Amino acid sequence: MSAEAAIRMQNITKSFGSVIANDHIDFAVQPGEIHALLGENGAGKSTLMNMLSGIYRPDSGSIFINGEEVHFSAPRDAIKKGIGMIHQHFKLVDIMTARDNIILGQKSSFFTRETGLNKKISEISDRYGLDVNPQKKVYQMSVGEKQTLEIIKVLYRGAHILIMDEPTAVLTPQEIGKLFRIIRSLKEQGCAVIIITHKLGEVMEISDRITVLRKGRSIGTVNTADAEIPSLIEMMVGRKVDLKIKREALSAEQKKELLRLDAVTVIDKDGKAALDDVSFSLNTAEILGVAGVAGSGQKELCETIAGLQIAEKGRIFFNEENILGKSPREIIKLGIRMGFIPEDRLGMGLVASMDIIHNIILKEYQSQKGIVLHRKSSIEKAGQIVERLDIQTPGLTTSVGKLSGGNIQKVLLGREIDSNPKVLITAYPVRGLDIGASYKIYDLLNEQKRSGVGVIFIGEDLDVLLELCDRILVLTGGKITGIVDAPKVSKEEIGFLMTGGMRSGGVSS
Amino acid sequence: MIYPIKISKRDHLPRGKVLLIRTSAIVLSILFSGVILLFFGLNPIRIFGTIIEGALGSQMRIEQTIIRAIPLTVTSLGILVAFKMKFWNIGGEGQIMIGALFASFVALNFGDLPKPLLLLLMAIASMIGGGIWALIPAAFKAKMGTNETIFTLMMNYIAIKFITYLQFGPWRDPSAQGFPKIPNFSENGVLPALFGVHIGWVVAIVLVAAVYLFMNYTKKGYEISVVGASMDTARYAGMNIPSVIMTAMFISGGLCGLTGMIQASAIEKTLTYGLSANYGFTAIITTWLARLNAVAVLFVCIAFAVLLQGAAFIQSAMHVPSSVAGVVQGVILFFVLGSEFFLQYRVRLGKGSGLFVSAGKEA
Amino acid sequence: MTSFLAAAIIAATPLLFATLGELIAEKSGSLNLGVEGMMLMGAVIGFSAAYHTGNPVLALLGAFAAGALGALIFAVVTVTLQGNQVVTGLTLTIFGTGFSSFVGDKMIGQSVPKTVQSFFAKIDIPLLGDIPVIGPIFFRQDVFVYLGYLMVILFSIYLFKTRPGLNVRAVGENTAAADASGINITFYKYAHIIFGGGLCGLGGAYLAIVYVPMWQADVVNGRGWIAVALVIFAAWNPTKAFLGSFLFGALSILGMRMQSVNINISQYLLDIVQYVVMIVIVIISTHKNRKEDLPPGNLSESYFREDR
Repeated sequence: MSAEAAIRMQNITKSFGSVIANDHIDFAVQPGEIHALLGENGAGKSTLMNMLSGIYRPDSGSIFINGEEVHFSAPRDAIKKGIGMIHQHFKLVDIMTARDNIILGQKSSFFTRETGLNKKISEISDRYGLDVNPQKKVYQMSVGEKQTLEIIKVLYRGAHILIMDEPTAVLTPQEIGKLFRIIRSLKEQGCAVIIITHKLGEVMEISDRITVLRKGRSIGTVNTADAEIPSLIEMMVGRKVDLKIKREALSAEQKKELLRLDAVTVIDKDGKAALDDVSFSLNTAEILGVAGVAGSGQKELCETIAGLQIAEKGRIFFNEENILGKSPREIIKLGIRMGFIPEDRLGMGLVASMDIIHNIILKEYQSQKGIVLHRKSSIEKAGQIVERLDIQTPGLTTSVGKLSGGNIQKVLLGREIDSNPKVLITAYPVRGLDIGASYKIYDLLNEQKRSGVGVIFIGEDLDVLLELCDRILVLTGGKITGIVDAPKVSKEEIGFLMTGGMRSGGVSS
Repeated sequence: MIYPIKISKRDHLPRGKVLLIRTSAIVLSILFSGVILLFFGLNPIRIFGTIIEGALGSQMRIEQTIIRAIPLTVTSLGILVAFKMKFWNIGGEGQIMIGALFASFVALNFGDLPKPLLLLLMAIASMIGGGIWALIPAAFKAKMGTNETIFTLMMNYIAIKFITYLQFGPWRDPSAQGFPKIPNFSENGVLPALFGVHIGWVVAIVLVAAVYLFMNYTKKGYEISVVGASMDTARYAGMNIPSVIMTAMFISGGLCGLTGMIQASAIEKTLTYGLSANYGFTAIITTWLARLNAVAVLFVCIAFAVLLQGAAFIQSAMHVPSSVAGVVQGVILFFVLGSEFFLQYRVRLGKGSGLFVSAGKEA
Repeated sequence: MTSFLAAAIIAATPLLFATLGELIAEKSGSLNLGVEGMMLMGAVIGFSAAYHTGNPVLALLGAFAAGALGALIFAVVTVTLQGNQVVTGLTLTIFGTGFSSFVGDKMIGQSVPKTVQSFFAKIDIPLLGDIPVIGPIFFRQDVFVYLGYLMVILFSIYLFKTRPGLNVRAVGENTAAADASGINITFYKYAHIIFGGGLCGLGGAYLAIVYVPMWQADVVNGRGWIAVALVIFAAWNPTKAFLGSFLFGALSILGMRMQSVNINISQYLLDIVQYVVMIVIVIISTHKNRKEDLPPGNLSESYFREDR
């Protein structure tokens, strides 16, 4: 290691309102090093890196790049210093081509037509083993391609320090392998690479050193070679925890068919099949996991069952009654109690600007008689939910949007469980939550399962899916490529199914 | 100074400080308007003084001010219902005109009916007329997602051109010696007065209460708020979104239409193509300033009526064009719109040292 | 017919300037509904400068500056202070209307000096002007009309062939991505809103100085709103903006033309046609499927980098 650190951040503090996201953090990365920034959701990892890439400005503290102190007031300042960040939610302009995205914001000639460009792009591609068609529009790309494009984009800007925020979150195990090869080749070329993550297995596999953050503070930096997973967990969470998720095997007689989809096809607005001939059944007292690359039809699956999406054809049986084509209101009228935790909590499940009470009323008011809105029972119910799920809030009249991610999710889950559903559909219920809150959610889902509820769990973390669910359904491009018994399957097998490999035989149901 | 200006999001702002920021915005806007007036060689103190005097200086002037506040309030209530749903109804002008048209049709054809019955029929007709005019863009928005801003606006021109056509053509009063006007209503078609001002003021106050109760205490009002906050959430909750949009817009247009009836009946005593008098646009400002609160609408509209009446007065008293009101209105709203930023964000100078915001020290 | 279409070009020119002005602002993600107001500000200052100085260049500069000033107010409130764009734009229209009738009050009924009128006299372009049909319609016009043609060409090149054009499209399409790519968002937004406002001001001035050419309070008379709608019609494309302006220029003079040839339909009813056509266009444009024809992705949204 050279004497001059590629990056040195000293005594960095950053707060958002009353929340201190980074509290006097020190952090250093050497050139040619793969450095993992490990921590729970909300530990302050992205905040710290956003200051390095010029998105945020620190309240106090100093940043040195190759020994020189810098003050970034915008991302362009960071780019000039050779820092490139690949955000978790890609920052690409969808309607433009890969090439346009790459040259965006770059000075040099006034006109965009330049012959040297394509050469330079292919040069970078060849050197690091990256592959993207420069003429392809971003909206036609897969998640993996978009990520590759982001990497080319920062390299084109001359980055020698790359920050990747949760780069593996949306990839299949196979794509992760490919990404890691790219990262190693970046290291060989002398780049420093910072990977923000909360996945321990990947940290151990790829990184040279690990810095752990917890609740906005830096807990310490260790060499990966000397690190052990249990001690890393303790550094992350602050106490010893067993990351095993309990899964109770319930006896066969408790299971009977609850919901059955029969050849359901949904066409999206571009005319493509978002769900293609999907058939499966959900039993009482089970958690059925749904795995798949983002955008494989998960959203459509949830919304079609919940009556929010119009299906082209097929049937959905609930107790031998076909509910496909019925609106949520009609489904409730049939006495079918269904809970739905959508992916976009504040955009769909809740109204951010309204308080807890008015979010609880959302599912109740339609069964009230007359034209007047009655709040009384909802106020009581809101109080009960806050107490039962231990929701941290200044009061029942606080806007839901002002609560933390975990508490927002609890309001939503609390409301849906409160109606004693028979079927509970949950899409990414622990996204953005810290470990404590996530395990609370898993406990609640297991509790529902014990009481006979059929739970559909749309997940992205394959480890969680494998441990929590009884069965896992894999969606690829709107098609089911397999339904497997979770205890009997490996992560790689699911990854294989996610990329479209059909499982021959052995499909359980 | 390393970071000259620091901006960060606020968590929570105490009520007092919110009020302080809003008040300072209005005070600043009036000062700024004064500077503009100075720039045009006018004495701002005299102008503002004369505006107040012209609007509140005598009983008759106060009555005139109230007469201006009535259509503004009723229209603003209509705009409020639409804006709460984030439906940008800028078609208030046209809805007022069509309301007036429907009311006039009743008044001109059934002028012999007893006064209470005739006025009631005129009011109902005007609300149906304004409602239908608003329903047309609403239906396209509900069924196809058509942009309502341009649509409602074009509907204004259609309404105004059509009424101009009637005034110069088929409805023209042959006994008016070539003067292009529509015949006056019979006496039964004119709103009676109460305490010196036509009873439109009673209607306005009742409607303020009604809209307040509707928005805050009914299921439909709640649905409108949810649709405005998030379409997807409304869909998720199983609301019939097209029906919510259509209902809200029928109410919105209906209230604007009622303004048309009030103006035609009490002020013009007939239908004219200039009847809407920009109330449909001014109401957008007043509604926004009132932060979509029905009770606040009443007070903001009275304040704006003072400005409008005062401006009309300075035109006759000082020969200063009454359009000065438009300039002042614009400046006030620019400041209030801009001040929202200071409610959302904290702005500081330097490294957390001095405080820069007009609101003063952060709690 | 040729004379009708030639007149349509003249009626289209103010629309074209305003449409291009709004188009470029919208490309940067700003929905400025203050076009009518900016046109009126440009009209009154342009007319005032022409009236008082008799200098056409000063008139144009003044008009551009006045429109740009209105746009600057919009930019400060919506970009820096993140005010609601719809309401701020409407406010700008009310402000501009008040401003123009206030400033123009004493000039009502006055006409433009001869020096200015002669500057905007028709110029017959050699060769092009001799082409049958096309020549008389397009190439025997005044200097302002030619400036409009030039603008369409320059806009097309700027937006689709240059780096700043690429950058501004990115800003409007995905502000966060543009920011992360190193583009100075605030500068781009301000620059395009202000330049757009200047063009709107020129459009207004053309109405007052060349089209009418006399000062009257409601000289713009809703054309600003037509321009806002034309941007949708044009699918944010300068060439289509030209076609749209031409179409609506023609429709807007239809009523007067019909009357002059003694066709017995009310002028007021014929005037309605353009608004109905516009509504039909807005309805049809709802059904666009090509992603490239959709409005800029972040149109009318404010952007604060630290928003999480």
